[in-house]
Amino acid sequence: MTEPLALEVRNITKRFPGVLANDHVSFTLKKGEIHALLGENGAGKSTLMNVIYGLYSPDEGEIFLDGNPVEIRNSHDAIAQGIGMVHQHFMLVPVFTVAENIILGSEITRGLSLDLRTARRRIHELSREYGLEVDPDAVVEDLSVGIQQRVEIVKALYRNVRILVLDEPTAVLTPQEVEDLFRVMRNLTLRGVSIIFITHKLKEVMAIADRITVMRRGRVVGTTTPAETSEQGLASMMVGREVLLRVEKAEATPGEVVLDVRDLTVLDERKVEAIRGVSFQVRAGEILGIAGVQGNGQTELAEALTGLRKIESGSIYLDGVELPPMKPRANFESGLGHVPEDRHKHGLVLAHTVADNEVLVTYYQPPFAHGIRRDEEAVEENARRLIKQFDVRTPGPNVPVSNLSGGNQQKVIVAREFSRPVRLLLANQPTRGLDVGSIEYIHSELISMRDRGVGVLLISSELDEILSLSDRIAVMYHGRIVEILPAKEATREELGLLMAGGTREEPVEVETSVV
Amino acid sequence: MQSTATVILPAWQRWLVRNGVGVGVSLLVLIGVVIAYLNNGVVTTAVLSSTVRQATPLVLGALCGLMGERSGVINIGIEGQMLLAAFMGFMMNVWSGNLLLAVITGVATGALLGLLLALMSVTLKIDQIIGGTVINILALGLTGYFYTQGLTTAGKLRPFAIPVLSDIPLIGRVIFENPPITYSTFILVIVVHYVLFYTRWGLRTRAVGEHPRAADTLGVNVYLVRYINVIVGGAIAGLAGSFLTLEAVGSFERAMTNGRGFVALAVMIFGKWTPLGSWGAAMLFGFASAMQTQLQFGGEINIPHQFIGMLPYLLTIIVLAGFVGRARPPAADGIPYEKE
Ligand SMILES: Nc1ncnc2c1ncn2[C@@H]1O[C@H](COP(=O)(O)OP(=O)(O)OP(=O)(O)O)[C@@H](O)[C@H]1O
Ligand SMILES: [Mg+2]
Repeated sequence: MTEPLALEVRNITKRFPGVLANDHVSFTLKKGEIHALLGENGAGKSTLMNVIYGLYSPDEGEIFLDGNPVEIRNSHDAIAQGIGMVHQHFMLVPVFTVAENIILGSEITRGLSLDLRTARRRIHELSREYGLEVDPDAVVEDLSVGIQQRVEIVKALYRNVRILVLDEPTAVLTPQEVEDLFRVMRNLTLRGVSIIFITHKLKEVMAIADRITVMRRGRVVGTTTPAETSEQGLASMMVGREVLLRVEKAEATPGEVVLDVRDLTVLDERKVEAIRGVSFQVRAGEILGIAGVQGNGQTELAEALTGLRKIESGSIYLDGVELPPMKPRANFESGLGHVPEDRHKHGLVLAHTVADNEVLVTYYQPPFAHGIRRDEEAVEENARRLIKQFDVRTPGPNVPVSNLSGGNQQKVIVAREFSRPVRLLLANQPTRGLDVGSIEYIHSELISMRDRGVGVLLISSELDEILSLSDRIAVMYHGRIVEILPAKEATREELGLLMAGGTREEPVEVETSVV
Repeated sequence: MQSTATVILPAWQRWLVRNGVGVGVSLLVLIGVVIAYLNNGVVTTAVLSSTVRQATPLVLGALCGLMGERSGVINIGIEGQMLLAAFMGFMMNVWSGNLLLAVITGVATGALLGLLLALMSVTLKIDQIIGGTVINILALGLTGYFYTQGLTTAGKLRPFAIPVLSDIPLIGRVIFENPPITYSTFILVIVVHYVLFYTRWGLRTRAVGEHPRAADTLGVNVYLVRYINVIVGGAIAGLAGSFLTLEAVGSFERAMTNGRGFVALAVMIFGKWTPLGSWGAAMLFGFASAMQTQLQFGGEINIPHQFIGMLPYLLTIIVLAGFVGRARPPAADGIPYEKE
């Protein structure tokens, strides 16, 4: 095997204030391979990719393309060398159309004017060639995340990439969309494109990777292939210890009703009923999982429960008391905990420190405030404790949350909500973007909250997560709860059916994609 | 079961839905003007010409403001840029007697102050409101200190008629018999509009104002785009200053910009950060000012002049509050860009 490597990095080191994000990292990418990059939250994966893409300049190290040393000083250089990247948090201009986003920086012009017509045609060609359907004239902010993802990929293809970096592309996708993405990835490798694929989902790695490199705390731990290892093996390689991929839990002992939702109807932005007359209860000491393909009303349900969205009709009782509409603080004070779906939009003030974010719900109460005076010491002390307990990788409590890796930002929220005395915990995609070790920890914390008598409402698009944690499972489809069944009786197949709009008695024909 | 049929309209219909109010108001104004012209041609022409004169510095100021903000830099120093440019242009006119040289001096002064603003807000990342305020105070102080009374000049820029076109009834005299900076303003509105919405540079400018990191990941030089836009904007504000001393008044007075730089910002917002919109907004404001003068001196109505003086401002408030609707500034407006 003498074919030159598509990409090689040698001894890359990158420091941030207080953090050694990459510590002499070496890594190779063969032509036409899919190389999975695994690692804990904060291991330095995104940092390494940003170095390769020219957004960060490394403190040490070299980069080779096709065997030749290159210097990549900015993204302009990277694009010129045929490197494309889909970032962990999308890089799209929300008010631009798809076409404008795709051509930005590599515009075609006729005379002085932008040639949008030619651009549209090229986008259509690419769409057809790779099966990535996008409407060039749609405005990006109106598109679902799945489609936005496609736009990002078309954006890279438009620039004729030879090397494509995908930083956690599957974290926000539905199983069907993941299938589609994998098809596109295989298609690309057939045409000689080499792909670096970052994910936390071991199943995906086993399904698609040719080789796997694992990082931990800024270093490369090793490189292997799916044939030589197993999910279990990868997990322990990542975390450095044995990880329980199965959740251990005792039988639930449900108590009194904590959450009682009666005949709830909620409208979405377009004034269409997103929740249509939904009723259910959550008892103390049980986990009710809500399964469903994203976009079937889960977001609106969560927002209605937290008082962020107007209720059209129906009512919500917490511990027997009706929650006032549109009063989030009142809801939180009556014992609601909330891990929101979109951490940047609802969970964190990115520019604030970790310490301040940990008291976002309680900052005005003792011990964090006395009258109008804030108690800085108590705030910081609280943060130190949570950082330790939840293993948040940060240089310290007084660092802005925006400096943390995606997964560690998530942990900041989880730490805040899990450490308050709540009666009902609404956990919406609580482990999105987290590594297996953190997922294990958060799952065990969820179980122990349940065992302490907290009612847990778990919303997740990960069927595995729903199946392994829930005591009862409610399936949402088109704004309705189509079925509530005991978790012991539920199977993947049956849930898949219900989620696609079938009923238990008369199943419809659907493809259940098992990823 | 409810459903939303999202009908895809043709482009021109979508445009009409978005700009319906503006189109309606313009039509009403147009009809009113035609009726007035048929009733009393001389007064109507006078009012309209005065409208254009009042509007010119506002349009130019708004162009300066929106070029900055579209690329993510708030410029509240337009007032100062205009004032210092007005002064420098005037002094050059006094000294050389060459009007072209004087205008160039004014424009260059505006551009230099633009460079200063870019340096403060893009490179040094000083709060942009403070940066603009520095420019305003600087201009006020410098012009106040160096101003000497009783200077005389060779003259000011004169209107010239464009043959044939200036004979069109109603709009002929108003649009096609103007001095050079007024003509340039018409042209600049169209040029800036074209550049912003139809060229590569415009696409990059808007991207940098909305999501600089996204632009950066595509190889766009965020700092360069901001610098150029703020400097060119400054030059246009400089042209507005030159208009005041070299075309409208012919002499300099202390603080003669009289808040126009700030009104220009309101005009820009009213025009939803677009050149054509700002032009319309400035025309409306200029029209109100012209009406005010006309009513005060026409002597036909018995209203205390203080109330008539409020007209332009009242109109601005009503229009801003009632008609403009949701105007969304560029998302990264006013936020310095950090690379790592
Ligand atoms: N711009 C920055 N400034 C300061 N520190 C940073 C910055 N970006 C990343 N870091 C730090 O560098 C380390 C590595 O972060 P990185 O984003 O590369 O992790 P990651 O492996 O991508 O994790 P995740 O799976 O959570 O996305 C983290 O400790 C993070 O806090
Ligand atoms: Mg990352």
